[in-house]
Amino acid sequence: MNIWLLIVLVAVITAAIKAAGPIALGGRELPAWFSSIVAAMPAAVLAALVVTSALADGDELFIGPDTAGVAAAGIIAWRGGSVITCVLVAAAVTAGLRAI
Amino acid sequence: MAGPWDGADTLGPMNDSFRRGVRLGLPYAAAGFLLSLSFGVLAREAGFSAAQAIVTSAIVFAGSAQFAVISIILGGGGLVPAVAAAGLMNARFLAMGIALAPSLPGGPLKRAAQGQTVVDASWVMANRRDGTFDRWLLFGSTAPQYVTWFCGTAVGALAGDGFFDPERLGLDAIFPAFFFVLLIGELKEPRTRLVAVVGGAIALALVPFTPAGIPVLAASAAALIGLAR
Repeated sequence: MNIWLLIVLVAVITAAIKAAGPIALGGRELPAWFSSIVAAMPAAVLAALVVTSALADGDELFIGPDTAGVAAAGIIAWRGGSVITCVLVAAAVTAGLRAI
Repeated sequence: MAGPWDGADTLGPMNDSFRRGVRLGLPYAAAGFLLSLSFGVLAREAGFSAAQAIVTSAIVFAGSAQFAVISIILGGGGLVPAVAAAGLMNARFLAMGIALAPSLPGGPLKRAAQGQTVVDASWVMANRRDGTFDRWLLFGSTAPQYVTWFCGTAVGALAGDGFFDPERLGLDAIFPAFFFVLLIGELKEPRTRLVAVVGGAIALALVPFTPAGIPVLAASAAALIGLAR
């Protein structure tokens, strides 16, 4: 496989996706209902990113040491821990369970 | 966790927003360093040269898509599946870009360029929760994340395959933990808690049936709950 071609294609598709919304809908007022959806979007997208990366491996649901690590990070975040503390705890718990 | 949307100075000069963005972005930049370190190592494992790994992070700068590409290659997949996986992984940026669009001034080219600065953490922090975004805060918080993403990849790629095993160090847990911290900050209201639960459920339900990336895009539909009164 031509890796340079792969890199360029991935860069182009990423840039195109990020540009699409701003090009199509930029610089105009959008109705009030639009704002309600935008305000709720982070919770939906973040929850989906968390569960698909912590509870799935490819197209299979999978609970492993990383799931426990992420859960530990969640508890610390809930109690006001910083993002650094949380990711380090997630890695440490995951690594610890794998070492056992 | 204090967020930028708590402040009353959203109308302040753009430099203030930019500087505040840099400050807010720093912790995520540090976490991103560890993440890109493991990207660098995994990319070498997948047959990338150090230069190729570094250029990928410099011009793609989208963690989930980069990891998706590597996992496809390590699994024996070819060019087309790898590019498709990256596109699907990035599909959420389509929805996020639409949300951001009204907050970007200038002509189409300028708006497209500004849209490139969207990464998950910055987009969440710049969201003012009233349908608009603080674009200078977005640019500011992305800046340090770009720098560490580049540097982490360089260190991992130059140290190379066999330098360390990202899985043994639990570095694969950093990616979900990173998003979990951002998510916790969203859960203050019952409304957004419901959105998170529904979004998570949609994503999990689709995982066995759709290509990677689609579950996250589909989950953004849970934001329609925001319309309920």
